[in-house]
Formats: sequence, structure tokens, C-alpha cells
Amino acid sequence: MQFSEHWLREFVNPPLTSAELAHSLTMAGLEVEALQPVAPAFAGVVVAQVLSVDKHPDADKLKLCRVDAGQGETLQIVCGAPNVSTGMKVPCALVGAELPGMTIRVTKVRGVESFGMLCSARELGLSEDHSGLLPLPQDALVGEDIRTSLALDDKLFTLKLTPNRADCLSLKGIAREVGALTGTAVSPSPVDEVRVTSDKRREVVLDAPAACPRYCGRVVSGIDAKAPTPDWMRRRLERSGLRSISAVVDVTNYVMLELGQPLHAFDNARLDGAVRVRYPAAGEKLLLLNGQIIEPSVDTALIADDSRALAMAGIMGGEESGIADGTTELFLESAFFAPDAIAGKARALGFSSDAAYRFERGVDFAATREALERASRLIMDICGGQAGPVTEAIDHDCLPQRVPVRLRVPRAEKVLGIRLGAEIAARLFRGLDFAFTQDQDVFTVTPPSHRFDIAIEEDLVEELARLHGYDNIPARLSQGSLAILPQNEQFRSVWRLRRLLASRDYQEVVNYSFVDAGWERDFCANDGQVVLANPIASQMGVMRSSLIGGLVANLAANRNRRLDRVRVFETGRCFLRDAAGDPIPGFLQPKRVAALAWGPAAPEQWGMAVRHVDFFDVKADVEALLAPLQGGFERLQHPALHPGRAASVTLEGKVIGLVGELHPRWVQKYELGSAPVLFELDLDSVLQKPLPAYKEVSRFPCVVRDIALVVAQEQPAKPMLEALLAVAPAIVREVELFDVYHGKGVDPEKKSLAFRVVMQDTERTLSEGEVDAAVMSMVEAAAKQFAAKLRS
Amino acid sequence: MSDIEQLVAQATAEFAGIDDAAALEQSKARYLGKSGSVTELLKNLGKLEPEQRKRAGAAINSAKERIEAALNGRREAIRLVALEGQLEAEALDVTLPGRGLPTGGLHPVTRTLERIEALFRSIGFDVADGPEIEDDFHNFTALNTPENHPARSMHDTFYLLDAPGLLLRTHTSPIQVRFMETHKPPIRVIAPGRVYRVDSDATHSPMFHQVEGLWIDEDVSFADLKGVFTDFLRNFFEKPDLRTRFRPSFFPFTEPSAEIDMSCVFCDGNGCRVCSHTGWLEIAGSGMVHPNVLKAVGIDSERYIGFAFGMGPDRLTMLRYGVNDLRLFFDGDLRFLSQFK
Repeated sequence: MQFSEHWLREFVNPPLTSAELAHSLTMAGLEVEALQPVAPAFAGVVVAQVLSVDKHPDADKLKLCRVDAGQGETLQIVCGAPNVSTGMKVPCALVGAELPGMTIRVTKVRGVESFGMLCSARELGLSEDHSGLLPLPQDALVGEDIRTSLALDDKLFTLKLTPNRADCLSLKGIAREVGALTGTAVSPSPVDEVRVTSDKRREVVLDAPAACPRYCGRVVSGIDAKAPTPDWMRRRLERSGLRSISAVVDVTNYVMLELGQPLHAFDNARLDGAVRVRYPAAGEKLLLLNGQIIEPSVDTALIADDSRALAMAGIMGGEESGIADGTTELFLESAFFAPDAIAGKARALGFSSDAAYRFERGVDFAATREALERASRLIMDICGGQAGPVTEAIDHDCLPQRVPVRLRVPRAEKVLGIRLGAEIAARLFRGLDFAFTQDQDVFTVTPPSHRFDIAIEEDLVEELARLHGYDNIPARLSQGSLAILPQNEQFRSVWRLRRLLASRDYQEVVNYSFVDAGWERDFCANDGQVVLANPIASQMGVMRSSLIGGLVANLAANRNRRLDRVRVFETGRCFLRDAAGDPIPGFLQPKRVAALAWGPAAPEQWGMAVRHVDFFDVKADVEALLAPLQGGFERLQHPALHPGRAASVTLEGKVIGLVGELHPRWVQKYELGSAPVLFELDLDSVLQKPLPAYKEVSRFPCVVRDIALVVAQEQPAKPMLEALLAVAPAIVREVELFDVYHGKGVDPEKKSLAFRVVMQDTERTLSEGEVDAAVMSMVEAAAKQFAAKLRS
Repeated sequence: MSDIEQLVAQATAEFAGIDDAAALEQSKARYLGKSGSVTELLKNLGKLEPEQRKRAGAAINSAKERIEAALNGRREAIRLVALEGQLEAEALDVTLPGRGLPTGGLHPVTRTLERIEALFRSIGFDVADGPEIEDDFHNFTALNTPENHPARSMHDTFYLLDAPGLLLRTHTSPIQVRFMETHKPPIRVIAPGRVYRVDSDATHSPMFHQVEGLWIDEDVSFADLKGVFTDFLRNFFEKPDLRTRFRPSFFPFTEPSAEIDMSCVFCDGNGCRVCSHTGWLEIAGSGMVHPNVLKAVGIDSERYIGFAFGMGPDRLTMLRYGVNDLRLFFDGDLRFLSQFK
């Protein structure tokens, strides 16, 4: 809502500066978003009349003007504007005038002296228009300061109104609020009933009283629709951000701004029979003023006559019944449309209108007729004509009810945390013009018809708080019960996990949850994609089912930025279709952690050979994340990953994720140069951390034996380890693989796996014999099951 | 000076002039070896009278001990010199960089979230989480925002194709609703997370973060809201003199509602470019929980009162670290992110 300060001060004129007034509105919940002067500072510009225009002797495009600027003598001024003409009134900057960015002096222009400057709108900083001189009305007073003549010392207020304060969508409403805030008297609305001099009338019928419980209409005949809008009205409209269109439309807009009541003017000659408010017939269509043809939904109220639909009630008029230059008879509408009947309708059709904006938030249903009288008066003042009688249809049962609301002062005090008292509450309600009865600390308040946001006690508490001033409520440090928050030691926080990954040289990223559908196909082979109905861009059209795509994109982008080493991780939700989804049926929304490493395993540095990061580097990161739990790793076929270099990750038999090298196909497609290694794990699984359980530490020495077993190249290590553990006697405390060797001394088709066996007893020192026997049993088992030979 | 004293002086001087261990041992032999001067003297003792022998023996032994002491002293000195030489030869260029992996870092907004969680945990707030694909009920209806409510036009909501009534949550308030459905007052909880709105320009991202907080108890007031949130901001920015300003506003789920401004952290409220010369920065929305919200989750709104607030950790991060472009957070540019170790 934008308006002129001058206009507001005509209604209410508190002893505050513009800035103070703005602050007071902001602190009452009517946020002043902007406060700007209508014109920049300048001085020395007056209204002048051009007396004659002659050619400049030495320049084709310049003219020599004689100008009356009310200075007692005629001024000679050189002017280059194409529209300068004898008799016109224009702004004239006198010698000595200070304009934005320049000072006017006597100058010689091509040998001719010029005593001032005739100005365009741009030269005065009023607009960007520099096509010619700013023409002034013929009744402008020659010699008068232009700032007075055009009321340029005005300021523009722009309010950012919250949806509950529809009552402030008019000058009258804002004035009422300013009155309540400052205790200043508010002038009554400028309304007087026009004299009815014509008997032309049109019946009004309410067929949809729930949508429209009150409708006032009147015929005004014999008007001149081409009459110009007066400058003062045009100026106020423009300062409210509305363009002047024609006198009748301007008046309806003006009254809407002034009183908050949207109005509509029909060309009475184009109406047939009674005006009725009704719902559409099946298949009924309507051409709107904006050129849109709509087929209104069954719950959209229409204004119609006996033969056809005329307008979308309270939203927008129809093209075929609107006024035109040749219109001589109006049917003026001022009605109350119920917020529920209007809400969302314009938005559903993809447009908005000032009328719909107001009706869906709530228009004063007691001021319908007053607005009609005000508009009639203004139209007849400007366009002439005779007013017919007002026809009014009203359905009292369907009008909004104003149910009295109880307010307990102690409750308000408890909610706000202050001492207020009944006396102050009464004063504040009176300031708002709220009718109330009082029984000691309990008020019964009947909300006024212009307020649609007062239905429960809290609404009144808010009014009291607002007017009392939020600044006057103290800030208190809370007293609360000091119960300790439970801390489950078998889960670590996600922060620990993030820090762990950061300490292993991964940088956290936050990627969008909506991704390119192509990523879902490439990296997940996802044919059940979760698609957005209204994505912001096509490459952000589906919800991710994996974090991998985002990390690969991070790699590609950073590689383009010439980084040679990229290590990133993300934690976040993924989205998958699944009937068992909880709490939203149909969708699983698991949280995951994923990381990607690419480039040298360590940054290039002295004393360390450069080596590309590989599967086992990243597997070690996974193992570190899971520790002290130990994950299982099995060969995995996955669309994102190299089929020979990918593993599923299991924890206690349950698959919790994957680790592997990106498939060479995607390395090529996404132009990554070389393959990154990545992992993705279920977050909740990774956050598990068992409680440590004590085991007795043996005081007897442990015996360590290494056994190197030569087996076939393709023999996986894990089953061997499991077989060794299976046959190991109780004295074997741990068996661990510590070396893999192929090369000199080993058959080229074989490899040597070296295991370290640690043996210890808690009760005694082990004998040489039992140690040898234990090792022997393990070697024999390996020989039997895997044809393993002890490496000599 | 007797011959013996002269011998001691001579040996001591000779040892002192030797820098080499082997040469020292050779020199030692000349005095203490089988045919060394001292040994010779001892050999000649037998020729003396018993009385004389006793005196001369004591003198020679004393001389021998002093020569040995000089010898040992010199040996130790030579060893130390050798050790020093060896250590110097082993010296490293300590100015070379250390080897191994550097460290990564957390995302700046995550870092802020961690900080916010820690601050609120310190006054007993739990942390809750919830789904990002939400239903209409939890995102709007339960928050006193029925269909066609004008407040819904404040959110430009992402909807799912082929899933009527489902959407991407536009705020983290539905987490609070779900928390209230499953917990009884007193409730103290914050709800951080990602939220989504159809909006994308220099200052809006279609995905961003929110943290909402909720305190419901029998005696919680607007004054507590002011106290708690002001305390939070002062500690978050580590500015004990930071001021806040609560302005009446409107949210469907709170009443009275307040917009919270804080004194600009760049100019301390004196006015600068960041605060558009107002001295204030809009930082959060808040208010007393609307009774309809409490009713929707089965909490007695006469007995319990609560306050709620919601803030944007992305903006807090920008203000805290001086980041001037929101889009940097979601761009994955390591040159930017790696500044936040």
C-alpha cells in the first residue's frame, strides 16, 4: 500500500515528522517499507508562460523564447525542447536556481544570452521523461514556486501490510490507526448523499447471498465520460502507484484508495434487466477486462444481468459491459463480497486485482453505501450527470457477524508478562473505537465491521500489546525446570561424524535436494522418480534418491575451476517412492552421508610419492566411520560404479550403503578426467556406536607368528580370514591380514597373503608346542580349503 | 716442583692439546701404559726403603689418579664434541612443511547450525527433526493456515507431481507440530532443517535453511520470548551490547506475533550499507503460539502458553562471517567453502 503523506495528513495530522510517523506505524505492525520524497531537493523553479517562440539565429534546433515567469520583466531563454510552443505553461528554473546536479546561470548559447532554463520532468528529477518540457496545467499560477504548484514537498509512504490488516488498505483505515496510535483526532470521511434527480434505476437480485450479502447500485445518467480527471486526483492516484485511465475509472480507484471499498462501473446501456449476483451456469464463459476468457468454477460468484454474465464478482469486470469514451450512463456497483468467496480465485487464474486483494482480506461491510455516495459525488463533479436512486439488496443472515469477544486482563498480563491493568486496557480499546462492556477485569468487546481479525481473546491481547508497545514489554530471562536432556551414549551426534570426515580431509557441501532427472537415471537407474509439479528449472525437476549426483557435479564444477584434488561430503535426506513410507505414506526419506575423493590421495608434497586416491583409501574412511563396529564388504553391481571396484557395505548383516569407483562411462560423460572413489551410507546406521564392554587384560606375554600363504590371484581375502578364525584354537586372540604380495619369488598367477596371528592366554604363558600346533592347524585348513601353500 | 708433579702437569697439558680419541689413548699409554712414565715410577718403588716407599707410593698413586682424572675429563670432552658434530650433521630443515593429509572443514551454514544447537541445548532445548516431503496438514492446516488463507500466498510452495496434498515443506514449523503430537508439555525444542520455496534470485534460494524454536509451559510469556531470543543473539554474535527490537507482525500460527530486528552487527546500529542505513537488521519471526495450533495437537491452550520463533541460519551465517552472496552456500565451490575450517 503506497500513499501520499499530504493525503493522509488531510485525515489526521499528528504533531510528528514524517520519519517519526513512519516509525510509529512500523512499531505498531504497519511496517513502513519505504519513505521517499516525491521529488529531489531543488529550488528556484517557478511556473512560467511562454509568450513567444522564435528561431535561434545560429542554430536550427534551438529556439529563442520570451517567457513570463512572474519576475516583473520578460525573460529571454534559449530552449531546445521540441514541444515548446507559445502560450504553454512550463517549469522555469530562474538564474540562481539549484537543480539536481546543476546551478542555473546566465549563459550564452551560440551567441545569444539565456536567462534561465525551461525544464523537462527529468531535469527536475520527477521522472525519466526527457522527451520535452513538462507541460503544466493552464490554470497554474505564473510565478508560483513549482514545488507548491505541483505539491512536490510531499512524501510517499509504502506500507508492507500483513494479511490480517485489510482495514489499513485505505487512507481512511490508516488514518484511523494513526489516530489510535497518537491520540490525534481523525477527520470524518468526506461523504454526503447526492441529490437524486433521476428516476432511472436497476433492480438488484442476490442469488448467491453467501458470496454477496450486500449490494448497492445506482444509475448515473447523462455523464461526459471523456471529461478529464482533475490534476489533484490524478496526482494522488499516481502517488499511490495507479495510472490515470479515465475520469470514471479514476474515481472508482480513488474511492477505493480513500475508503477501502472497491467499486465497479458498468455501461448502463449495455445491461439488460436486473443485475444479479449468481453462480455460473454450466459451460458459461466470460471475457474479462484483461482479455482473458474464463470458464468460472461453480463456486465463483458472477455479476450478471438477465441475459449474460457481466463480471467476476469482486475480482474483475467484463470486457463487454465496461465503460468506454462514448458511455453516457453508468451503473455504479458498491458491494460486499465475502472473503471466502473471493479467496484464491484470482490466483487460481494466474492474475491479481486490487479488488480481489481487498475482498479476500475483508472490506468494511457497513460502509458499502457510503462509498457509493462518495463515488457518485465525485463522478457528478467531474463528468456531470444525474443520479438515480440507490437500489440496495441485503441479506442480513449472510453478512459477517461481529460476535463479542471476552478479554480477561489477567490473562493478557500472563501472556505478555507485564502489569497492564483494566484502566489502560479500556483506554486502548477506546482509542481503537472498539465497543465494549466491562466487568472489573473482564472486557466484552464487539469488534467493528472493518476489522476481520478479531475473533478470540488472543486477537485482543495482540491489539493491547501492539498499542501498549512491544518496546514496553520487558525482556526477561526465563525461569525453567532444569531437567537434564537425555543423551543416548549408543548414538553419536551427526556433528561428531561431520568432524570425523573433515579431519580426514573432506570438505562439507550442501547440494540442492532437487536434481536433474538424468542424474537419477545415470547414477541410480531410478525409474520411480519423485517429480516436482512446479520445479524452478528443468534440471532441478526431481527429488534426489542418492547424494552421488550432487557430489559428482561438485567434482565437475571444481575441476573446471582448475582444482586438481577434490574431496567433498554431504549429509542430507534422499527421497524414494515406497509404500511403507513413514511418516509420509508412499515416500521414504532416509538421511544419508556420502563422500567423494578424486585426485592425489594426499596433496603433492615433498618426500611423498604422488598417488591417485584408490578404492582402499576410501574404504579406510568408511571403516573409520563405522569403527568400533566392523562393516562387511561384498562385491556389488551398481549403475553408478565400476563393476569390479564396488562393494556393498553391511553392518550386522544389513546393507547400509556402498563404496566404489565411479563407472568409467560416467567419468567420460561428466568429463571428470579420472575416476573418483565414493561412498554413500545410511546416516542413522553410521551414528550407532556400541557401549564399550570391558575384557580382562592378560598379564602373560603374547606370542606373534606371521604366516604367508600363497594362493590363486583371484582368491578373495575375507573368506580365508574367516576360515583361519574358524579353526583357530581359543588361544588365538586375533588374526589380521597385513600384506598382499605378488612379484619376485611368487608364481605370477598367484599372490601371497600374509597374516599375523596373535596368541595369548589370560591364565598362563603359552608353550612353544601349543603355539606351533595352533599355527599348523590354521595352515592346514588354508591348504585344504584354498589350496594355499606356505610361502618359504 | 718434584718430578712427579711435573709429570702430572706435563700429562694434563698434553691431554688438553689432543682433539682425537685415538691420539688421546696413545698419549695415555705414555703415562699409564705398561711402560708408561707412571708405571715406570711404580716399578722403581721396590728399590726404596720401606718408609720412603710408603711416601713415594702415596705420591705416585695420587699422581696416577690425577692423570686418570685429566684423561677421563678429556675423553668426555672429545666425546661431547663428536656427539655435537653428529647431531649437527643430523639437523633437519625445520622450515619444510609437515607431511601428510591436511584437514577438510564443515559447511559454513552447518557450522552455524551446530552453534545454534549448542547455544539452545545449553538452556535445555531438545533438537527435533522431520520429513522434508510433508503433507498439507502439517505444513499449513495444523498451523492455522487453512486452504485459501491469504497467508498461503506468502509461501510459494513446491508440490509433487501425482501426489495430491504432498509438498516440500516451506518452513520447519511442521517439525514442531509433529513434536507436539508426540510430546507433552513442558516442551523446549528447536527444529533445524532444509526448507523449500519457489523463489530464486540474488537473495533467495529455492532451498534454504531454517531453525525454529518452541517453548511451551504453564508460565511462559512474551517477555520470556524477548529475553530468550535477545540472549541467544547476543551469544551467537558474541556481542553483549547487541539490541533487539520486536515489531508487531502477522503469522497464522502465532498471536501476538512479532518481527525481530537486531542492531546491525556491522555498524552497531549506527547505519551502514548492510542495514540500508536504518541501524536494524530483520532477523527472525516470532510470537506466542496460536491457541488453534495448540488445539490441533491436543494441548490445553488455557493451561499452557508457549512462544515460537523462526530464523534463517543462512542469513545468520552471512552476517557472522561477512558472506555477501547467498548463492555461494549452494554452489559447492571449494575455494569458498574451504575458508570455513
